[in-house]
Amino acid sequence: MAHEHKLEIFRGLLKFKSNTQKIWGVLIFLTIVTTVEVALGIVKPRALTHSHLLGMKLLNWIFIVLTLVKAYYIAWDFMHLRDEKTSLRRVIVWTPIFLICYLIFILLFEADYIYNVYKDGFVTWDF
Amino acid sequence: MDATVTTGTEDSVWGGGNRPLGASYGKMMMWFFIISDALTFSGFLVAYGFSRFKFIETWPIADEVFTHFPFMHGVEAPMYYVAFMTFVLIMSSVTMVLAVDAGHKMKQNKVILYMFLTVIGGLIFVGSQAWEWATFIKGDHGALETKSGRILQFVDAETGKRVALADFAHTLPEERVRQMKNEGIWFEGEGYKTSFSLNEVVEGFKATPNILIRTEQLDEEGEKTVLDRAQSLAKINNAVQVVEGANLIHNEYGNRLFADFFFFITGFHGFHVFSGVVINIIIFFNVILGTYERRGHYEMVEKVGLYWHFVDLVWVFVFTFFYLV
Repeated sequence: MAHEHKLEIFRGLLKFKSNTQKIWGVLIFLTIVTTVEVALGIVKPRALTHSHLLGMKLLNWIFIVLTLVKAYYIAWDFMHLRDEKTSLRRVIVWTPIFLICYLIFILLFEADYIYNVYKDGFVTWDF
Repeated sequence: MDATVTTGTEDSVWGGGNRPLGASYGKMMMWFFIISDALTFSGFLVAYGFSRFKFIETWPIADEVFTHFPFMHGVEAPMYYVAFMTFVLIMSSVTMVLAVDAGHKMKQNKVILYMFLTVIGGLIFVGSQAWEWATFIKGDHGALETKSGRILQFVDAETGKRVALADFAHTLPEERVRQMKNEGIWFEGEGYKTSFSLNEVVEGFKATPNILIRTEQLDEEGEKTVLDRAQSLAKINNAVQVVEGANLIHNEYGNRLFADFFFFITGFHGFHVFSGVVINIIIFFNVILGTYERRGHYEMVEKVGLYWHFVDLVWVFVFTFFYLV
């Protein structure tokens, strides 16, 4: 059992004295990130909803990145992957990431294709 | 917690008690389960993405759908309640880590306290989700559905605010024919009854000039398109039925797939939370009975902890893709 905890987050920028303290620190960080997400979702700044990156609104990219940040801290500190062996960590993280990326790629491309078929076809779908 | 086997045959690969990747058997199996469950959830969420990209120009806007907060009727509160639910779940995750931490230090009473708080957090979350479902099913303003399954909603011409069917529908002296089983050869039940008939809504709409129709179509601003009065009057002839609330077949908020995915994904997640609460309760009683105290370690708490955090992790993604993006 890995009893020793690694007590620093943000690559050593923030060091905690005990594991309990680290948990509260991570909670505060996750709460801040969630608050930012909700605030952005309600305000919807025009600058972010009208600029696009790779066919998606910049705002949505921000949401996705912030979600991945949250997921990282939940997995690393709550599921204590930070304290596990590197090999175990890599097996757990990269296997799903690879499979999910493939799934996302293939299904979203297909969906976009179907969207264009509906749009450019000579059949109306709204009657 | 080198507890499983100490037989003196550690040097032998086949002697048992090996811990590949430094994780005990139970923990490793929990990770196996979590990975496969993660792939199941990603399958659902990507399927949601598929449908959404397919109908990218007509998909409902989530913060116009989830605008309610308990005990605050009529107040527009987009997403506040979901944010609260997210916070509750993260908070119960924190109490779970604290329980695991206390378990490492063999502090039984602290584990009991933190497990109890975790269960309470889980119950609040499941309860909130039930409320969210009930609100979603009950519906808000009501709408009309066209033959092709598109939804027509109503807005006030001056303010642009949504108008409920009850605000303008006429009450006509019409009789609803009640069909009985003995009259049909193939009778499947009466179907669903709305508070106004199609005719009453259409007549009410024609008699109220300051109401316009809002279609599913999103414009360049990302808002739903509002038709002018002449277009609205033409459009309303396409309507074939009144829709109030949402179920698996009809959905007053827009595309019916939106409701289907909402029920399926949040339902599946809610079921995970529910089973997590049940497992937590079992472990909670085991801690009280001193099972792990006698076993000499609290690894079981750690294992259910992994599951509980996973449920939280999934919610973070559901929250983003259902409510934010």
